[in-house]
Amino acid sequence: MTDQFEPTIIGFTCNWCSYRASDLAGTARMKYAPNVRLIRLMCSGRLDPTFVLRALSGGADGVMITGCHPGECHYIEQNYKALRRFLLLRRVLAGLGIEPERVKLVWASAAEGARFAAETTAFVEEIRKLGPLNWGKVSDELSEISEPVHEEVAA
Amino acid sequence: MTVNGNKPKFAMYWAASCGGCEIAVLNIHEKILDVDANFDVVFWPVAMDAKYKDVEAMEDGSILLTLFNGGIRNDENEHIAKLLRRKSKILVAFGSCASEGCIPGLANLSPVGEIVHTAFNTITTDNPNEIYPRVSFDVPEGELRIPKIEKVLRPLDLVVDVDYYMPGCPPESHQIAAVVDLVIKVVKGEAELPPKGSVIGAGDSTVCDECPRARNVKIIKEFKRIQDIAPVDPTLCLLEQGIPCNGPATRSGCNARCPGVGAQCIGCYGPAEGVMDYGARLITAFSSVIDATEPEEIDRILDGIPDPTGQVYRFNLAGSLLKANREAWKVK
Repeated sequence: MTDQFEPTIIGFTCNWCSYRASDLAGTARMKYAPNVRLIRLMCSGRLDPTFVLRALSGGADGVMITGCHPGECHYIEQNYKALRRFLLLRRVLAGLGIEPERVKLVWASAAEGARFAAETTAFVEEIRKLGPLNWGKVSDELSEISEPVHEEVAA
Repeated sequence: MTVNGNKPKFAMYWAASCGGCEIAVLNIHEKILDVDANFDVVFWPVAMDAKYKDVEAMEDGSILLTLFNGGIRNDENEHIAKLLRRKSKILVAFGSCASEGCIPGLANLSPVGEIVHTAFNTITTDNPNEIYPRVSFDVPEGELRIPKIEKVLRPLDLVVDVDYYMPGCPPESHQIAAVVDLVIKVVKGEAELPPKGSVIGAGDSTVCDECPRARNVKIIKEFKRIQDIAPVDPTLCLLEQGIPCNGPATRSGCNARCPGVGAQCIGCYGPAEGVMDYGARLITAFSSVIDATEPEEIDRILDGIPDPTGQVYRFNLAGSLLKANREAWKVK
């Protein structure tokens, strides 16, 4: 066993496409990284950004959102809503000091088991490179007020 | 101090806050006489002279009602929060700072050193010898101490147990008056207190529900700053005009005061009932009005919100689900 960092990923999948893609990947015995815990939603449009924040605050290192390809939504255009939420959420996360790359959006149809497997493995590798979601980052830089703070700031 | 020991005791304290909450309480006008008639005010630094040692000398649980405003920013705030918790039967996190961090909570995005530096050595500060505050300083008479700033500002409930939350920056005076009335009724045995942990002095819907502006189909191609629009349509939903208005996620209770006069809601009443994360709810609200399906175009529209994090967490950063920096919250 190596002691390399194994990221915890939460995946939110759409019932009509990407959940079936993951199913297909499974029945076809495709190999992909086992770090993802899938949660099935009826549609990527059901994805409340709260779910993502809850996952990250609960210990996930990354969140993968998957949905039907643009134009192929079972509910007409809800995956576009997911796309817009995703793009705004990434900006907010960046402002909070969290790498926006920790949240990924993947379009995968029910036929794309191979794509689902490959994207998952790629994402796990990306998060592995980023390391654990490091909440301590800012606090490590904090200085005591009794120290000559101006020197640290100037550095 | 009054000598009448029979009346229930009332206290109010400010920690890291601006003082607006105190003004809001005084702004209940003649109702303040009811406070005086029904309560024995034992501690209220902004309105009367009392020392910490006076509070320390009180019996535990002897204060009936304490309105605590301000977040916990330094060890003095924390000490008084714990002290007042011990001495009070009902502790209310009063106002946005105590409930969810408010504007002072935005400082959690910056390291303490940077905050101190900004306060004591910027272009507007004349500090040629670069003198910075120190927690302790020796003078011939002995050691001088000032409160020690903590790593982050915390809402009151992360430091002590809180009975009720009263949102608002500051809470609206008519809401304060209603709460004072309620407590007086409870004291007289004419009413019962709401369940512990309740939000009091506010509505349970959203600002949009109280907003008089017309809402049609909200679809926008651009977010704009309100000052860049001339004139702002006085009757149409501000979000529909491309102005990022925080109303859809914000708790009602203020009578939609800001949108009512042509300014966007900035969210001072905090998350509406059932909203776990204020910012996330706003992300959903803003995303759903954007009229675009191509990532590039969506990004261009989002550029119209220059500080998305500040926009969706202006009052709520310290109380948000992520709390910006979780490690730092384990101060004690």
